[in-house]
Amino acid sequence: MRRAFAVFAVVLFFVLIAACGNRRSSITVAGSTAFQPFAEKLADQFMTNRPTANIIVQGGGSAVGIQSTLSGTAQIGMADLVSLPEEAKVLQATEVARDGIAVVVHPSNRINDLTMDLLRRIFNGSIRNWRDLGGNDGVITVVSREAGSGTRISFEQIVGELVLTKEAIVQDSNGTIRETVANDPNAIGYLSHGLLNEKIKAVTIDGVACTNEAIQSNQYALARPIFLLTRGERLPDTQAFIDYILSAEGQQTIQSSGLIPVK
Amino acid sequence: MKSHNLREKGVQYLLTALAFSALFGLLLIALFILKEGLPFLTQVGLKDFIFAHDWEPQSGKFGIYPMIIASLWVTFGAMLIGAPLGIACAVFLTEFVPRPVMHTIKPMIELLAGIPSVIYGFIGVIVLAPLIRTHLGGPGLSLLAASIILGIMILPTIISISTDAINAVPNSYREGSRALGATRWQTVYMVVLKAARSGIISGVILGMGRAIGETMAVIMVAGNAVKVPGTALDSVRTLTANIALEMGYAVGLHRSALFATGVVLFIFIMLLNTLASAFVKQEIRRR
Repeated sequence: MRRAFAVFAVVLFFVLIAACGNRRSSITVAGSTAFQPFAEKLADQFMTNRPTANIIVQGGGSAVGIQSTLSGTAQIGMADLVSLPEEAKVLQATEVARDGIAVVVHPSNRINDLTMDLLRRIFNGSIRNWRDLGGNDGVITVVSREAGSGTRISFEQIVGELVLTKEAIVQDSNGTIRETVANDPNAIGYLSHGLLNEKIKAVTIDGVACTNEAIQSNQYALARPIFLLTRGERLPDTQAFIDYILSAEGQQTIQSSGLIPVK
Repeated sequence: MKSHNLREKGVQYLLTALAFSALFGLLLIALFILKEGLPFLTQVGLKDFIFAHDWEPQSGKFGIYPMIIASLWVTFGAMLIGAPLGIACAVFLTEFVPRPVMHTIKPMIELLAGIPSVIYGFIGVIVLAPLIRTHLGGPGLSLLAASIILGIMILPTIISISTDAINAVPNSYREGSRALGATRWQTVYMVVLKAARSGIISGVILGMGRAIGETMAVIMVAGNAVKVPGTALDSVRTLTANIALEMGYAVGLHRSALFATGVVLFIFIMLLNTLASAFVKQEIRRR
Protein backbone atom coordinates (compact mmCIF):
# COMPACT_ATOMS: atom_id res chain seq x y z
CA MET A 1 0.00 0.00 0.00
CA ARG A 2 2.69 2.41 1.06
CA ARG A 3 4.83 1.47 -1.89
CA ALA A 4 1.97 2.02 -4.30
CA PHE A 5 1.47 5.43 -2.86
CA ALA A 6 5.15 6.31 -3.28
CA VAL A 7 5.10 5.18 -6.91
CA PHE A 8 1.98 7.23 -7.49
CA ALA A 9 3.59 10.31 -5.95
CA VAL A 10 6.70 9.99 -8.11
CA VAL A 11 4.64 9.56 -11.28
CA LEU A 12 2.49 12.54 -10.38
CA PHE A 13 5.60 14.61 -9.78
CA PHE A 14 6.99 13.86 -13.23
CA VAL A 15 3.67 14.43 -14.93
CA LEU A 16 3.45 17.85 -13.31
CA ILE A 17 7.04 18.69 -14.29
CA ALA A 18 6.31 17.61 -17.86
CA ALA A 19 3.15 19.69 -17.94
CA CYS A 20 5.05 22.75 -16.77
CA GLY A 21 7.91 22.16 -19.13
CA ASN A 22 5.64 22.15 -22.15
CA ARG A 23 5.51 25.90 -22.50
CA ARG A 24 3.15 27.02 -25.19
CA SER A 25 2.13 30.60 -25.67
CA SER A 26 -1.22 30.74 -23.93
CA ILE A 27 -4.04 33.19 -24.41
CA THR A 28 -6.63 33.79 -21.72
CA VAL A 29 -10.15 34.64 -22.80
CA ALA A 30 -12.44 35.86 -20.01
CA GLY A 31 -15.81 37.51 -19.56
CA SER A 32 -19.42 37.07 -20.67
CA THR A 33 -20.96 33.82 -19.47
CA ALA A 34 -23.39 34.02 -22.40
CA PHE A 35 -20.57 33.67 -24.91
CA GLN A 36 -18.34 31.41 -22.78
CA PRO A 37 -19.64 28.05 -24.11
CA PHE A 38 -19.24 29.30 -27.70
CA ALA A 39 -15.73 30.55 -27.00
CA GLU A 40 -14.83 27.15 -25.53
CA LYS A 41 -16.10 25.35 -28.61
CA LEU A 42 -14.35 27.77 -30.96
CA ALA A 43 -11.12 27.50 -28.95
CA ASP A 44 -11.22 23.69 -29.22
CA GLN A 45 -11.65 23.83 -32.97
CA PHE A 46 -8.98 26.50 -33.30
CA MET A 47 -6.46 24.51 -31.29
CA THR A 48 -6.94 21.37 -33.39
CA ASN A 49 -6.07 23.44 -36.47
CA ARG A 50 -3.16 25.14 -34.77
CA PRO A 51 -1.55 22.84 -32.19
CA THR A 52 1.01 25.43 -31.04
CA ALA A 53 -1.68 27.73 -29.66
CA ASN A 54 -3.13 27.32 -26.21
CA ILE A 55 -6.36 29.13 -25.36
CA ILE A 56 -7.85 29.17 -21.89
CA VAL A 57 -11.48 30.27 -21.63
CA GLN A 58 -12.90 31.60 -18.37
CA GLY A 59 -16.28 33.11 -17.44
CA GLY A 60 -16.89 35.80 -14.87
CA GLY A 61 -19.32 38.10 -16.68
CA SER A 62 -18.93 41.08 -18.99
CA ALA A 63 -17.66 43.37 -16.24
CA VAL A 64 -14.89 40.90 -15.42
CA GLY A 65 -14.13 40.63 -19.15
CA ILE A 66 -13.56 44.38 -19.40
CA GLN A 67 -11.60 44.62 -16.13
CA SER A 68 -9.29 41.73 -16.87
CA THR A 69 -8.54 42.98 -20.40
CA LEU A 70 -7.73 46.42 -18.99
CA SER A 71 -5.43 44.93 -16.36
CA GLY A 72 -3.85 42.49 -18.78
CA THR A 73 -4.78 39.29 -16.93
CA ALA A 74 -6.77 38.29 -20.00
CA GLN A 75 -5.60 38.86 -23.57
CA ILE A 76 -9.17 38.77 -24.88
CA GLY A 77 -12.22 39.99 -22.99
CA MET A 78 -15.77 38.96 -23.87
CA ALA A 79 -18.56 41.48 -23.32
CA ASP A 80 -22.22 41.25 -24.32
CA LEU A 81 -23.30 44.81 -23.61
CA VAL A 82 -25.29 47.12 -25.86
CA SER A 83 -22.87 49.96 -25.22
CA LEU A 84 -19.49 49.56 -23.64
CA PRO A 85 -18.77 51.61 -20.51
CA GLU A 86 -16.47 54.65 -20.54
CA GLU A 87 -13.41 52.82 -19.20
CA ALA A 88 -13.58 50.31 -22.06
CA LYS A 89 -13.04 53.02 -24.69
CA VAL A 90 -9.28 52.38 -24.75
CA LEU A 91 -9.91 48.78 -25.78
CA GLN A 92 -10.25 47.56 -29.32
CA ALA A 93 -13.70 45.97 -29.71
CA THR A 94 -14.60 43.49 -32.44
CA GLU A 95 -18.18 42.37 -32.83
CA VAL A 96 -18.16 38.60 -33.39
CA ALA A 97 -21.81 37.64 -32.92
CA ARG A 98 -25.22 38.96 -32.01
CA ASP A 99 -27.68 37.65 -29.47
CA GLY A 100 -31.39 38.31 -29.27
CA ILE A 101 -33.12 38.73 -25.93
CA ALA A 102 -36.48 36.98 -26.13
CA VAL A 103 -39.33 38.07 -23.87
CA VAL A 104 -41.06 34.90 -22.73
CA VAL A 105 -44.34 33.98 -21.08
CA HIS A 106 -46.12 30.74 -20.18
CA PRO A 107 -47.54 28.94 -23.28
CA SER A 108 -51.08 29.25 -21.85
CA ASN A 109 -50.82 33.05 -21.79
CA ARG A 110 -53.18 34.71 -24.31
CA ILE A 111 -50.84 37.67 -24.89
CA ASN A 112 -48.81 37.36 -28.09
CA ASP A 113 -47.46 40.84 -28.66
CA LEU A 114 -46.13 43.62 -26.43
CA THR A 115 -44.92 47.09 -27.28
CA MET A 116 -41.69 48.45 -25.85
CA ASP A 117 -43.75 50.82 -23.70
CA LEU A 118 -45.90 48.03 -22.24
CA LEU A 119 -42.76 46.01 -21.59
CA ARG A 120 -41.30 48.90 -19.62
CA ARG A 121 -44.51 49.30 -17.62
CA ILE A 122 -44.72 45.58 -16.84
CA PHE A 123 -41.12 45.40 -15.66
CA ASN A 124 -41.26 48.61 -13.60
CA GLY A 125 -44.41 47.42 -11.90
CA SER A 126 -46.99 49.92 -13.13
CA ILE A 127 -49.00 47.22 -14.95
CA ARG A 128 -49.59 44.42 -12.47
CA ASN A 129 -52.33 42.23 -13.91
CA TRP A 130 -52.57 40.40 -17.24
CA ARG A 131 -56.24 41.46 -17.35
CA ASP A 132 -55.15 45.05 -18.04
CA LEU A 133 -53.46 43.82 -21.22
CA GLY A 134 -56.41 41.76 -22.40
CA GLY A 135 -55.17 38.51 -20.91
CA ASN A 136 -56.53 36.26 -18.17
CA ASP A 137 -57.01 37.61 -14.68
CA GLY A 138 -53.76 37.02 -12.83
CA VAL A 139 -51.08 39.05 -11.05
CA ILE A 140 -48.01 39.27 -13.26
CA THR A 141 -44.92 37.54 -11.89
CA VAL A 142 -41.98 39.54 -13.22
CA VAL A 143 -38.83 37.41 -13.49
CA SER A 144 -35.47 39.10 -13.98
CA ARG A 145 -31.75 38.33 -13.92
CA GLU A 146 -29.52 39.47 -11.04
CA ALA A 147 -27.79 42.85 -10.92
CA GLY A 148 -24.59 42.84 -12.98
CA SER A 149 -25.76 40.26 -15.53
CA GLY A 150 -25.00 41.36 -19.09
CA THR A 151 -28.41 40.17 -20.27
CA ARG A 152 -30.13 42.31 -17.65
CA ILE A 153 -28.00 45.40 -18.33
CA SER A 154 -28.67 45.08 -22.08
CA PHE A 155 -32.38 44.49 -21.55
CA GLU A 156 -32.75 47.52 -19.30
CA GLN A 157 -30.71 49.70 -21.65
CA ILE A 158 -32.71 48.79 -24.75
CA VAL A 159 -36.09 49.08 -23.06
CA GLY A 160 -34.88 52.37 -21.63
CA GLU A 161 -35.58 54.19 -18.37
CA LEU A 162 -36.38 50.92 -16.69
CA VAL A 163 -36.23 50.68 -12.92
CA LEU A 164 -37.10 47.11 -12.10
CA THR A 165 -40.05 46.59 -9.75
CA LYS A 166 -39.18 45.45 -6.25
CA GLU A 167 -41.69 42.61 -6.64
CA ALA A 168 -39.54 41.03 -9.34
CA ILE A 169 -38.28 37.52 -8.76
CA VAL A 170 -34.57 37.22 -9.46
CA GLN A 171 -32.97 34.13 -10.99
CA ASP A 172 -29.28 33.75 -11.70
CA SER A 173 -29.18 32.05 -15.09
CA ASN A 174 -31.00 31.78 -18.41
CA GLY A 175 -31.89 28.19 -17.52
CA THR A 176 -33.56 28.97 -14.20
CA ILE A 177 -35.46 31.87 -15.82
CA ARG A 178 -36.82 29.38 -18.34
CA GLU A 179 -37.83 26.91 -15.60
CA THR A 180 -39.53 29.62 -13.53
CA VAL A 181 -41.54 30.94 -16.49
CA ALA A 182 -42.42 27.42 -17.67
CA ASN A 183 -43.81 26.60 -14.21
CA ASP A 184 -45.80 29.79 -13.59
CA PRO A 185 -48.81 30.65 -15.83
CA ASN A 186 -48.55 34.33 -14.85
CA ALA A 187 -44.81 34.81 -15.30
CA ILE A 188 -42.93 36.98 -17.75
CA GLY A 189 -39.16 36.90 -18.15
CA TYR A 190 -36.39 37.45 -20.67
CA LEU A 191 -33.56 35.23 -21.83
CA SER A 192 -31.04 34.63 -24.58
CA HIS A 193 -33.00 33.55 -27.67
CA GLY A 194 -30.81 30.47 -28.15
CA LEU A 195 -32.52 28.93 -25.11
CA LEU A 196 -36.09 29.16 -26.38
CA ASN A 197 -37.99 25.88 -26.36
CA GLU A 198 -41.56 24.59 -26.44
CA LYS A 199 -42.10 24.93 -22.67
CA ILE A 200 -42.22 28.72 -22.94
CA LYS A 201 -43.65 31.18 -25.46
CA ALA A 202 -41.75 34.14 -26.90
CA VAL A 203 -43.91 37.20 -27.53
CA THR A 204 -43.35 39.53 -30.48
CA ILE A 205 -42.10 43.02 -29.66
CA ASP A 206 -43.87 45.80 -31.60
CA GLY A 207 -45.04 43.08 -33.97
CA VAL A 208 -41.56 41.69 -34.71
CA ALA A 209 -40.84 38.08 -33.78
CA CYS A 210 -37.49 37.09 -32.24
CA THR A 211 -35.99 35.21 -35.21
CA ASN A 212 -32.45 34.97 -36.57
CA GLU A 213 -33.32 37.07 -39.61
CA ALA A 214 -35.01 39.82 -37.60
CA ILE A 215 -32.08 40.04 -35.19
CA GLN A 216 -29.49 40.08 -37.97
CA SER A 217 -31.31 42.81 -39.90
CA ASN A 218 -31.78 44.91 -36.75
CA GLN A 219 -35.57 44.80 -37.02
CA TYR A 220 -35.94 43.05 -33.67
CA ALA A 221 -35.06 45.72 -31.11
CA LEU A 222 -34.02 43.52 -28.18
CA ALA A 223 -30.69 42.41 -29.65
CA ARG A 224 -27.21 42.95 -28.34
CA PRO A 225 -23.76 42.59 -29.87
CA ILE A 226 -21.12 40.32 -28.45
CA PHE A 227 -17.71 41.95 -28.44
CA LEU A 228 -14.23 40.57 -28.13
CA LEU A 229 -11.98 43.16 -26.50
CA THR A 230 -8.22 43.47 -26.81
CA ARG A 231 -5.78 46.02 -25.53
CA GLY A 232 -2.92 47.46 -27.61
CA GLU A 233 -1.04 45.41 -30.20
CA ARG A 234 -2.53 41.94 -30.73
CA LEU A 235 -0.27 38.89 -30.45
CA PRO A 236 -0.17 36.69 -33.58
CA ASP A 237 -2.19 33.94 -31.83
CA THR A 238 -4.76 36.44 -30.55
CA GLN A 239 -5.23 37.89 -34.03
CA ALA A 240 -5.43 34.41 -35.55
CA PHE A 241 -8.08 33.32 -33.03
CA ILE A 242 -10.26 36.38 -33.68
CA ASP A 243 -9.80 35.92 -37.44
CA TYR A 244 -10.85 32.29 -37.02
CA ILE A 245 -14.04 33.29 -35.15
CA LEU A 246 -14.89 35.73 -37.93
CA SER A 247 -14.11 33.16 -40.65
CA ALA A 248 -16.90 31.26 -42.39
CA GLU A 249 -16.17 28.16 -40.27
CA GLY A 250 -16.19 30.08 -36.99
CA GLN A 251 -19.39 31.90 -37.82
CA GLN A 252 -20.97 28.59 -38.84
CA THR A 253 -20.16 27.20 -35.38
CA ILE A 254 -21.72 30.26 -33.77
CA GLN A 255 -24.88 29.89 -35.81
CA SER A 256 -25.27 26.15 -35.31
CA SER A 257 -25.02 26.56 -31.52
CA GLY A 258 -27.72 29.20 -31.27
CA LEU A 259 -26.21 32.67 -31.68
CA ILE A 260 -26.54 34.92 -34.69
CA PRO A 261 -23.43 35.40 -36.87
CA VAL A 262 -22.39 38.92 -37.81
CA LYS A 263 -21.32 37.98 -41.33
CA MET B 1 12.74 5.30 27.60
CA LYS B 2 13.96 8.69 26.49
CA SER B 3 12.90 8.29 22.86
CA HIS B 4 9.52 7.16 24.12
CA ASN B 5 9.14 10.44 25.99
CA LEU B 6 10.24 12.39 22.95
CA ARG B 7 7.59 10.72 20.89
CA GLU B 8 4.92 11.55 23.45
CA LYS B 9 5.97 15.19 23.40
CA GLY B 10 6.05 15.22 19.61
CA VAL B 11 2.54 13.87 19.34
CA GLN B 12 1.37 16.37 21.90
CA TYR B 13 2.79 19.31 19.94
CA LEU B 14 1.44 17.95 16.69
CA LEU B 15 -2.06 17.64 18.13
CA THR B 16 -1.86 21.14 19.60
CA ALA B 17 -0.86 22.53 16.23
CA LEU B 18 -3.68 20.66 14.49
CA ALA B 19 -6.20 21.87 17.04
CA PHE B 20 -5.12 25.47 16.56
CA SER B 21 -5.18 25.17 12.78
CA ALA B 22 -8.99 25.19 12.88
CA LEU B 23 -8.94 28.36 14.97
CA PHE B 24 -6.35 29.82 12.64
CA GLY B 25 -8.63 29.14 9.68
CA LEU B 26 -11.48 30.94 11.40
CA LEU B 27 -9.20 33.87 12.14
CA LEU B 28 -8.03 34.09 8.52
CA ILE B 29 -11.62 34.01 7.22
CA ALA B 30 -12.68 36.74 9.63
CA LEU B 31 -9.67 38.89 8.73
CA PHE B 32 -10.19 38.44 5.00
CA ILE B 33 -13.88 39.34 5.07
CA LEU B 34 -13.17 42.34 7.27
CA LYS B 35 -10.33 43.50 5.05
CA GLU B 36 -12.56 43.39 1.94
CA GLY B 37 -15.71 44.70 3.57
CA LEU B 38 -14.58 47.35 6.08
CA PRO B 39 -13.43 49.99 3.54
CA PHE B 40 -16.92 49.90 2.07
CA LEU B 41 -18.54 50.20 5.48
CA THR B 42 -16.42 53.22 6.39
CA GLN B 43 -17.18 54.81 3.02
CA VAL B 44 -20.95 54.28 2.96
CA GLY B 45 -21.56 54.14 6.69
CA LEU B 46 -22.90 51.23 8.67
CA LYS B 47 -26.24 52.91 9.31
CA ASP B 48 -26.94 53.64 5.64
CA PHE B 49 -25.93 50.11 4.76
CA ILE B 50 -28.07 48.31 7.32
CA PHE B 51 -31.17 50.51 7.38
CA ALA B 52 -31.52 51.60 3.76
CA HIS B 53 -34.25 49.78 1.79
CA ASP B 54 -32.89 50.01 -1.75
CA TRP B 55 -30.41 47.57 -3.23
CA GLU B 56 -29.51 48.81 -6.71
CA PRO B 57 -25.78 48.21 -7.10
CA GLN B 58 -25.79 49.64 -10.64
CA SER B 59 -26.96 53.03 -9.43
CA GLY B 60 -24.88 52.96 -6.27
CA LYS B 61 -27.64 52.14 -3.78
CA PHE B 62 -26.59 49.57 -1.22
CA GLY B 63 -29.22 48.92 1.43
CA ILE B 64 -29.51 45.46 2.97
CA TYR B 65 -32.36 46.08 5.42
CA PRO B 66 -34.84 43.94 3.42
CA MET B 67 -32.36 41.07 3.34
CA ILE B 68 -31.66 41.19 7.07
CA ILE B 69 -35.38 41.02 7.75
CA ALA B 70 -35.76 38.24 5.17
CA SER B 71 -32.93 36.19 6.71
CA LEU B 72 -34.52 36.52 10.15
CA TRP B 73 -38.00 35.56 8.90
CA VAL B 74 -36.77 32.60 6.87
CA THR B 75 -34.79 31.30 9.84
CA PHE B 76 -37.73 31.87 12.20
CA GLY B 77 -40.08 30.11 9.78
CA ALA B 78 -37.71 27.17 9.49
CA MET B 79 -37.54 26.88 13.28
CA LEU B 80 -41.32 27.06 13.50
CA ILE B 81 -41.57 24.05 11.20
CA GLY B 82 -38.40 22.16 12.06
CA ALA B 83 -38.29 22.40 15.85
CA PRO B 84 -41.73 20.95 16.81
CA LEU B 85 -41.47 18.24 14.16
CA GLY B 86 -37.93 17.36 15.14
CA ILE B 87 -38.57 17.25 18.88
CA ALA B 88 -41.80 15.27 18.41
CA CYS B 89 -39.96 12.79 16.24
CA ALA B 90 -37.19 12.47 18.84
CA VAL B 91 -39.73 11.84 21.63
CA PHE B 92 -41.50 9.24 19.52
CA LEU B 93 -38.27 7.44 18.66
CA THR B 94 -36.99 7.33 22.23
CA GLU B 95 -40.13 6.90 24.35
CA PHE B 96 -42.80 5.24 22.27
CA VAL B 97 -41.01 2.77 20.04
CA PRO B 98 -39.02 -0.37 20.87
CA ARG B 99 -35.24 0.06 20.67
CA PRO B 100 -34.63 -2.04 17.52
CA VAL B 101 -37.21 0.03 15.60
CA MET B 102 -35.49 3.21 16.67
CA HIS B 103 -32.13 1.87 15.56
CA THR B 104 -33.48 1.29 12.07
CA ILE B 105 -35.45 4.53 11.74
CA LYS B 106 -32.80 6.90 13.13
CA PRO B 107 -30.11 6.16 10.51
CA MET B 108 -32.73 6.67 7.81
CA ILE B 109 -33.52 10.12 9.18
CA GLU B 110 -29.83 10.89 9.33
CA LEU B 111 -29.69 10.09 5.62
CA LEU B 112 -31.69 13.31 5.12
CA ALA B 113 -28.59 15.21 6.20
CA GLY B 114 -26.63 13.64 3.36
CA ILE B 115 -28.93 14.88 0.61
CA PRO B 116 -27.24 17.80 -1.17
CA SER B 117 -29.00 21.15 -0.76
CA VAL B 118 -29.47 21.54 -4.54
CA ILE B 119 -31.76 18.52 -4.43
CA TYR B 120 -33.87 20.13 -1.70
CA GLY B 121 -33.96 23.30 -3.78
CA PHE B 122 -34.94 21.37 -6.88
CA ILE B 123 -37.81 19.65 -5.11
CA GLY B 124 -38.86 23.04 -3.76
CA VAL B 125 -38.96 24.54 -7.24
CA ILE B 126 -40.66 21.63 -8.99
CA VAL B 127 -43.11 20.43 -6.33
CA LEU B 128 -43.53 22.90 -3.47
CA ALA B 129 -43.62 26.24 -5.32
CA PRO B 130 -46.39 25.23 -7.77
CA LEU B 131 -48.43 23.80 -4.85
CA ILE B 132 -48.15 27.08 -2.94
CA ARG B 133 -48.95 29.10 -6.06
CA THR B 134 -52.09 27.17 -6.98
CA HIS B 135 -53.48 26.72 -3.46
CA LEU B 136 -52.38 29.83 -1.60
CA GLY B 137 -51.54 32.36 -4.33
CA GLY B 138 -48.53 34.57 -4.90
CA PRO B 139 -45.59 33.66 -7.12
CA GLY B 140 -44.93 30.37 -5.29
CA LEU B 141 -41.23 31.03 -4.87
CA SER B 142 -41.61 32.60 -1.47
CA LEU B 143 -40.73 33.01 2.18
CA LEU B 144 -43.07 30.13 2.97
CA ALA B 145 -41.43 27.79 0.45
CA ALA B 146 -37.97 28.63 1.80
CA SER B 147 -39.12 28.10 5.40
CA ILE B 148 -40.63 24.70 4.64
CA ILE B 149 -37.58 23.48 2.72
CA LEU B 150 -35.20 24.72 5.43
CA GLY B 151 -37.47 23.28 8.14
CA ILE B 152 -37.05 19.85 6.54
CA MET B 153 -33.32 20.34 6.02
CA ILE B 154 -32.67 21.01 9.71
CA LEU B 155 -34.74 18.02 10.90
CA PRO B 156 -31.86 15.49 11.04
CA THR B 157 -29.75 17.85 13.17
CA ILE B 158 -32.54 18.46 15.66
CA ILE B 159 -33.72 14.84 15.77
CA SER B 160 -30.34 13.28 16.22
CA ILE B 161 -29.15 15.64 18.97
CA SER B 162 -32.52 15.53 20.75
CA THR B 163 -32.68 11.72 20.75
CA ASP B 164 -29.20 11.60 22.24
CA ALA B 165 -30.23 14.08 24.92
CA ILE B 166 -33.41 12.20 25.75
CA ASN B 167 -31.60 8.86 25.79
CA ALA B 168 -29.16 10.30 28.31
CA VAL B 169 -31.95 10.90 30.82
CA PRO B 170 -31.52 8.16 33.46
CA ASN B 171 -34.26 5.52 33.51
CA SER B 172 -34.70 6.04 37.26
CA TYR B 173 -36.37 9.38 36.46
CA ARG B 174 -38.98 7.64 34.33
CA GLU B 175 -39.47 4.85 36.87
CA GLY B 176 -39.87 7.39 39.67
CA SER B 177 -42.44 9.32 37.73
CA ARG B 178 -44.42 6.23 36.76
CA ALA B 179 -44.30 5.01 40.36
CA LEU B 180 -45.88 8.28 41.44
CA GLY B 181 -48.80 7.50 39.15
CA ALA B 182 -47.96 9.66 36.17
CA THR B 183 -49.07 8.40 32.77
CA ARG B 184 -46.59 7.80 30.00
CA TRP B 185 -47.28 11.15 28.33
CA GLN B 186 -47.15 12.99 31.66
CA THR B 187 -43.77 11.41 32.32
CA VAL B 188 -42.46 12.50 28.94
CA TYR B 189 -43.89 15.96 29.17
CA MET B 190 -43.13 16.76 32.79
CA VAL B 191 -39.98 14.78 33.53
CA VAL B 192 -38.05 13.58 30.48
CA LEU B 193 -38.31 16.70 28.32
CA LYS B 194 -37.43 18.92 31.29
CA ALA B 195 -34.38 16.85 32.10
CA ALA B 196 -33.20 16.78 28.49
CA ARG B 197 -33.97 20.44 27.89
CA SER B 198 -30.48 21.84 27.44
CA GLY B 199 -29.53 19.11 24.96
CA ILE B 200 -32.70 19.67 22.97
CA ILE B 201 -32.12 23.42 22.92
CA SER B 202 -28.58 23.00 21.63
CA GLY B 203 -29.94 20.75 18.86
CA VAL B 204 -32.42 23.44 17.89
CA ILE B 205 -29.66 26.06 17.94
CA LEU B 206 -27.43 24.00 15.69
CA GLY B 207 -30.39 23.63 13.35
CA MET B 208 -30.87 27.37 13.40
CA GLY B 209 -27.24 27.90 12.48
CA ARG B 210 -27.71 25.65 9.49
CA ALA B 211 -30.90 27.45 8.46
CA ILE B 212 -29.43 30.93 8.54
CA GLY B 213 -26.34 29.87 6.62
CA GLU B 214 -28.00 27.76 3.94
CA THR B 215 -27.61 29.32 0.51
CA MET B 216 -28.21 27.07 -2.48
CA ALA B 217 -31.66 25.77 -1.61
CA VAL B 218 -32.78 29.23 -0.54
CA ILE B 219 -31.65 30.87 -3.79
CA MET B 220 -33.68 28.32 -5.71
CA VAL B 221 -36.95 28.57 -3.77
CA ALA B 222 -37.10 32.05 -2.22
CA GLY B 223 -37.45 34.02 -5.48
CA ASN B 224 -34.79 36.56 -4.44
CA ALA B 225 -36.83 39.76 -4.74
CA VAL B 226 -35.26 42.54 -2.68
CA LYS B 227 -38.08 43.81 -0.50
CA VAL B 228 -39.33 43.54 3.03
CA PRO B 229 -41.89 40.70 2.93
CA GLY B 230 -45.48 41.71 3.63
CA THR B 231 -46.81 38.15 3.90
CA ALA B 232 -45.31 34.65 3.93
CA LEU B 233 -46.28 34.33 0.25
CA ASP B 234 -43.95 37.15 -0.83
CA SER B 235 -40.66 36.49 -2.51
CA VAL B 236 -37.60 37.35 -0.41
CA ARG B 237 -33.81 37.49 -0.68
CA THR B 238 -31.63 36.42 2.24
CA LEU B 239 -28.15 37.75 3.06
CA THR B 240 -26.50 34.52 1.92
CA ALA B 241 -28.47 34.47 -1.34
CA ASN B 242 -27.45 38.05 -2.07
CA ILE B 243 -23.76 37.21 -1.82
CA ALA B 244 -23.97 34.06 -3.89
CA LEU B 245 -26.23 35.55 -6.59
CA GLU B 246 -24.14 38.58 -7.39
CA MET B 247 -20.57 37.60 -6.51
CA GLY B 248 -19.91 36.21 -9.97
CA TYR B 249 -20.42 39.56 -11.65
CA ALA B 250 -19.51 42.06 -9.01
CA VAL B 251 -16.54 44.41 -9.41
CA GLY B 252 -15.41 47.49 -7.53
CA LEU B 253 -17.77 48.96 -4.96
CA HIS B 254 -20.42 46.32 -5.66
CA ARG B 255 -17.95 43.58 -4.76
CA SER B 256 -16.96 45.33 -1.52
CA ALA B 257 -20.65 45.73 -0.70
CA LEU B 258 -21.07 41.95 -0.97
CA PHE B 259 -18.14 41.40 1.36
CA ALA B 260 -19.71 43.91 3.74
CA THR B 261 -22.90 41.81 3.53
CA GLY B 262 -20.67 38.93 4.58
CA VAL B 263 -19.41 40.95 7.55
CA VAL B 264 -22.99 41.62 8.66
CA LEU B 265 -23.90 37.94 8.26
CA PHE B 266 -20.81 36.94 10.22
CA ILE B 267 -21.67 39.32 13.08
CA PHE B 268 -25.24 38.06 13.03
CA ILE B 269 -24.26 34.43 13.33
CA MET B 270 -21.77 35.20 16.11
CA LEU B 271 -24.44 37.12 18.03
CA LEU B 272 -26.95 34.29 17.65
CA ASN B 273 -24.40 31.68 18.70
CA THR B 274 -23.27 33.67 21.72
CA LEU B 275 -26.84 34.31 22.81
CA ALA B 276 -27.70 30.67 22.38
CA SER B 277 -24.72 29.30 24.26
CA ALA B 278 -25.29 31.80 27.07
CA PHE B 279 -28.86 30.52 27.24
CA VAL B 280 -27.74 26.91 27.41
CA LYS B 281 -25.19 27.70 30.11
CA GLN B 282 -27.83 29.43 32.17
CA GLU B 283 -30.11 26.43 31.76
CA ILE B 284 -27.41 24.11 33.00
CA ARG B 285 -26.64 26.33 35.97
CA ARG B 286 -30.30 26.50 36.95
CA ARG B 287 -30.47 22.72 37.31
